[in-house]
Amino acid sequence: MRDVADGAGAPPKPDRDAPILEVRDLRTYIDTDAGVVRAVDGVSFSVMPGETLGIVGESGSGKSVTALSIMKLLPEQGRIAGGEIVFRGRDILGMTGDEVRSLRGSRIAMVFQDPMTSLNPVRRVSDQLVEAAIVHGRHDKASALRRAIALLGRMGISSPERQINSYPHQFSGGMRQRVMLAMGFSNDPLLLLADEPTTALDVTIQAQILDLLRELNSDFGAAIILISHDLGVIANVCRRVVVMYAGEEVEEGTTEALLASPRHPYTWALLNAAPRLDRYTPGQRRLTTIEGTPPDPLNWPKGCRFAPRCPFKIEKCAEHPPLLPSGDGRSSRCWVTQGGRSLPPAAAQVAATSGLVWSRPAATGETILELEGLVKHFSVPKPSLFAPRQAVHAVDGVDLTVRKGETVGLVGESGSGKSTLARLIVRIHEPDAGTIRFAGQDITHASGAAIRPLRRRMQMIFQDPYASLNPRMTAGDIVAEPLRFHGITADEAATSARVGELLGLVGLSPSAAAKYPHEFSGGQRQRISIARALAVSPDLIVADEPISSLDVNIQAQIINLLIDLQERLSLTYLFIAHDLAVVRHVSDRIVVLYLGKVMEIASSGNLFDQPLHPYTRSLISAVPIPDAAVERQRQRMHLQGEPPSALAPPSGCRFRTRCPIAAPRCASEMPPLVEHRPGQWAACHFPGQV
Amino acid sequence: MLRYLTSRTLATIVMALLSTLIVFLIASLVPGDPVLAQLGDLAASNPEIVKAYRAKWGLDLPLYEQYWIFLKNLANGDLGISISTQRPVLADIRQFAPATVELGTIAFILSMAIGIPLGVAAAVGRDSWIDHWARFVSLIGVSSPVFWLAFIMLTIFYGWLQIMPGPGRIDPIELPPPTVTGSFLVDSALAGKWELLHTVAAHLVLPSIVLCAATLGLITRTTRASMLETLGQDYVRVARAKGLRERAVIVAHALPNALIPVVTLAGLAYANLLTGTVMTETIFSWPGLGLYTFRAALALDIPSIMGMTLVFAVVYLLINWLVDMSYAVLDPRVLKR
Amino acid sequence: MSELAAAAPVAAPAEPRRLTAAQRWRRRYGLATLGGAIIVLWIIVAIAAPLLAPYPPDLVDVTRRLKPPSSEYWFGTDMLGRDVFSRLLFGARVSLFAGIVVVILGAAFGTLLGGIAAYAGHRAEEALMRFTDLMLCFPPIILAMAIAAAMGIGTLNTMAAMLVVWWPKFARLARSLVLVQRGQEYVEAAHVIGYGPGRVLLKHILPNSIGPLIVLVTLDVGHAIIVFAGLSFLGLGVVPPTPEWGAMVSENRQLVEQWWGATFPGLAILSVVMGFNFLGDGIRDWLDPRARRR
Repeated sequence: MRDVADGAGAPPKPDRDAPILEVRDLRTYIDTDAGVVRAVDGVSFSVMPGETLGIVGESGSGKSVTALSIMKLLPEQGRIAGGEIVFRGRDILGMTGDEVRSLRGSRIAMVFQDPMTSLNPVRRVSDQLVEAAIVHGRHDKASALRRAIALLGRMGISSPERQINSYPHQFSGGMRQRVMLAMGFSNDPLLLLADEPTTALDVTIQAQILDLLRELNSDFGAAIILISHDLGVIANVCRRVVVMYAGEEVEEGTTEALLASPRHPYTWALLNAAPRLDRYTPGQRRLTTIEGTPPDPLNWPKGCRFAPRCPFKIEKCAEHPPLLPSGDGRSSRCWVTQGGRSLPPAAAQVAATSGLVWSRPAATGETILELEGLVKHFSVPKPSLFAPRQAVHAVDGVDLTVRKGETVGLVGESGSGKSTLARLIVRIHEPDAGTIRFAGQDITHASGAAIRPLRRRMQMIFQDPYASLNPRMTAGDIVAEPLRFHGITADEAATSARVGELLGLVGLSPSAAAKYPHEFSGGQRQRISIARALAVSPDLIVADEPISSLDVNIQAQIINLLIDLQERLSLTYLFIAHDLAVVRHVSDRIVVLYLGKVMEIASSGNLFDQPLHPYTRSLISAVPIPDAAVERQRQRMHLQGEPPSALAPPSGCRFRTRCPIAAPRCASEMPPLVEHRPGQWAACHFPGQV
Repeated sequence: MLRYLTSRTLATIVMALLSTLIVFLIASLVPGDPVLAQLGDLAASNPEIVKAYRAKWGLDLPLYEQYWIFLKNLANGDLGISISTQRPVLADIRQFAPATVELGTIAFILSMAIGIPLGVAAAVGRDSWIDHWARFVSLIGVSSPVFWLAFIMLTIFYGWLQIMPGPGRIDPIELPPPTVTGSFLVDSALAGKWELLHTVAAHLVLPSIVLCAATLGLITRTTRASMLETLGQDYVRVARAKGLRERAVIVAHALPNALIPVVTLAGLAYANLLTGTVMTETIFSWPGLGLYTFRAALALDIPSIMGMTLVFAVVYLLINWLVDMSYAVLDPRVLKR
Repeated sequence: MSELAAAAPVAAPAEPRRLTAAQRWRRRYGLATLGGAIIVLWIIVAIAAPLLAPYPPDLVDVTRRLKPPSSEYWFGTDMLGRDVFSRLLFGARVSLFAGIVVVILGAAFGTLLGGIAAYAGHRAEEALMRFTDLMLCFPPIILAMAIAAAMGIGTLNTMAAMLVVWWPKFARLARSLVLVQRGQEYVEAAHVIGYGPGRVLLKHILPNSIGPLIVLVTLDVGHAIIVFAGLSFLGLGVVPPTPEWGAMVSENRQLVEQWWGATFPGLAILSVVMGFNFLGDGIRDWLDPRARRR
């Protein structure tokens, strides 16, 4: 180890061969009422000048706390208990407050997860950018403003001279993240920390921001540490990856090698649990999952922290493994792969554990749900008594037929109206126009009482496992509620027996019935939500983004559960998600929505292999794939700009403002939804021309 | 921008009109003979006056026509004749208002000037001695009854220590300054009567401290809570990540956001200070609207009470309107909504 | 990770600041317990006043007027020679009763109206909330004075007048609480099960909104006691010689040398109001998980 250069005053000259940042055995603890959380517990890595390093892990793995430790921006309860963070030869931990501050925003910049809350709402964008440039004394006010405008332009904001005078609320999420990047690059940083910078964004915007990050890395030469839960995002940007689990680094290597053959079972699990858009085997609907949930951060397991969930565990795993280098620039914290051995491919393991093949009977052809010209506009709350009314065109003329036993996927960006459509179908909302026919009955405007018997055949699963369960009821009462309400079970004994059965069906123990929602993890809560939906033995389940707030492995568990249930109970699913790979994986047919209108409907295979609508094309091409080689060769068709406001959607084709092949005709004439190939419908004047 | 301003203004006007209806209804719901209640015993014994009064306010007509007459009189600035002073209510209000405005404004300035810095300091140094002090001050402020606080203050500083003057705006032997603005402070300064200015200022000390106590507590509390909330926001962390000094983070980023709810409260507080002077004025014999209302209430002087209620409602609405307008400056988001 | 981002300045304290469980409990609930104790004490005093009071509250004895506090008269006597301590104990009955009843009735009525408004939506909501706004634009004490003056003086009349100005803030709070809960997914889930609006309101929304309402009710009782005492002080509350704290301050406020007559009733009000403040703040901290984590 090198001695920390100190006291000399002048920082050492940057050296192209020396790492710009070296983190050695970092330990960051957080004091809570329940005890000390060892959030980061011995992490070491280094970053070379201009390098791109990814840090990947699930929530609670300590990746964000690592970044905040480097900036010394920990919350009050957090403290750095040990280790070194050496930046250009000096230990940040030994610096005074003023010294650290002179690094922040000048040599090291940081971009945070949620662009919606990262900008000060009451100050102009220009003020916030200029401030970042002048605080370190490298610019005066005038040159700072010139630089801010230039940077905004560089970040892809059109007419920056005008836009810079806006307030943050006038910008969309994607634009705000561009502003954050411009802010970060105000003082030519040597290192950019990006903490989940695209997680809050739609997939098409994510693709734009990731492109931008790569360009900034090559143009400005700044090293980037990209923190993400998504291996695809990392593969898109980073050359090297650090995988974190339970506060530790469990594997490190070049992106290519690590993704091709992971040497830690956790990386292996992470890689296999997420369905891949480019690797799809028809009939192979189940995903590879690992058991259990991440360990309790207050009390990490003694031996290997992953051992309790590891499918490859051996006896030696009772002993805590060190991070073992394997010579080829890689290292992993695993006894099993010690010395560079590989882990078996996933497919073999699946066959071994489940042995199930797709045995689901094909859809019967009997129509269960029929939507015709469905419309829902929400009037926006008026700012005052006399302001004119405005309405969000949430769903604007949707036709759809769902047959018994099939899974129909519904995809679209935020604001596409997919959640509203779900709520119209289960009649949480009442449509403004059009008809909904469920099981042959028109329920468009049916009263609460008239629709009640049908509630037993149609249920819904919600997105947020923390909001969808009443916090003041036990899991048992939550599941029993529909049983009691519809009088499905004869008495309390029968009810509690049925509750136990239902909980078992979704993989929970009967003892869960007595617990309250806050005592469960996110995945378990989602299982309770599913059990509640199953209580009435429904035919149709509308699942509104049921997995989007869960970690990858838990996602896979829930998907497998939904597939199991479908096969056992012959359910029909309307499955809403923004993750295209997941939708492709579970759906028979897919509907693509954009600004309240259907763009394309096709079988899952056709949609991805030969999409007809340009929007479908661009959506598919925006999804990052966790494979560095594939990522490099992919032909991309990135959408420019942002979706227009649903308050005033464009005339004619809704998509024309962002469409690469839009013609004058598209502005005047709304293309009808036409069947171009058997079973494949698209609403485009020029289908398949991209 | 313009749309926001006009719509807020129109809403305020509608509310003001509706408040006249409420006042009218309360007045007409007074049990017993309305003539007796609204004219007082003396006048009601004179049949001439009763007849004229009935004719003027249309008391024999149906209620909605009475209301129309009430509105028409109101438009002419006629709030009726006070029973106790036998003068037009509006003239009374004009006479008593300056004392209240002077006292209320000083109490308001006092509570803002102390409350906001105290609240900010308490939030920034959470759990420090200053936080504990701020909490103590605000607790005493919101928990002690005004009338009792006034008694304690008078007893200690006027009665025992004799370092403060007694009740009233000036000493009884002195003459008020020539009226220009109505504020004794300003008027005596304008007249160049510096000794009088000193007396006037001394007389203001105790009542304004008493009056501002509750408001000060509320402002401190709200500022502290709002500041704590803002300090936890992402953009504050971003400001720190820029390398700003902690002082700059607080002053330039946290404070402007934290003040938004405080401004709403401040508007409400000012309205409360102007309208809530009843007790303070009663104890300090302060010749303002509060004392006037109090005397009217005791004398069951219905026209005065109703006039005052209406005036206070309009003051309330006016201040709320000002708060709305200041939002347009403070929070750019309201203009979009 | 986001929950770590909760708050405040950047610091890496060298030594972790750890508190024992008892210290943490005291820190968090100590004041609330104190507040609760004060309130319980006063309620006991109010109920048992006839047993505790050494003298009848209205016993006039001009030979013993204006006696300073002593072992015989703990809090001294007033101008009519009445025992201040005994009057104080009996005064607790009126003040506590008025404060608690006004707030509870006001809260019940306001909550009902606000809840219905939020759930009804559309025009009904608009109309109800405009009416609430209108009521809120009258300064409470003035409106209460006006109504009390119009209806005549007396404990019940004054309480009724206070009630008129008391419900609107609860209507507002209840409406905003219901609106927050109504958008929650578990409420949507209840609709999907087939629940009608009434059942959803009762079984799901109410239990989850009750917390903030209880906090406001608790904090507000103190405020109501102050306002009632204030009206009494002005002579618009209780009818003399009923012992009531505000009226007692008023009766004795001219006496500068004989400070006890007005000081003790004021301290009684201060202690009760502080008690309700402590308790309310404690309940709020207990209900708010963000505050709890600290």
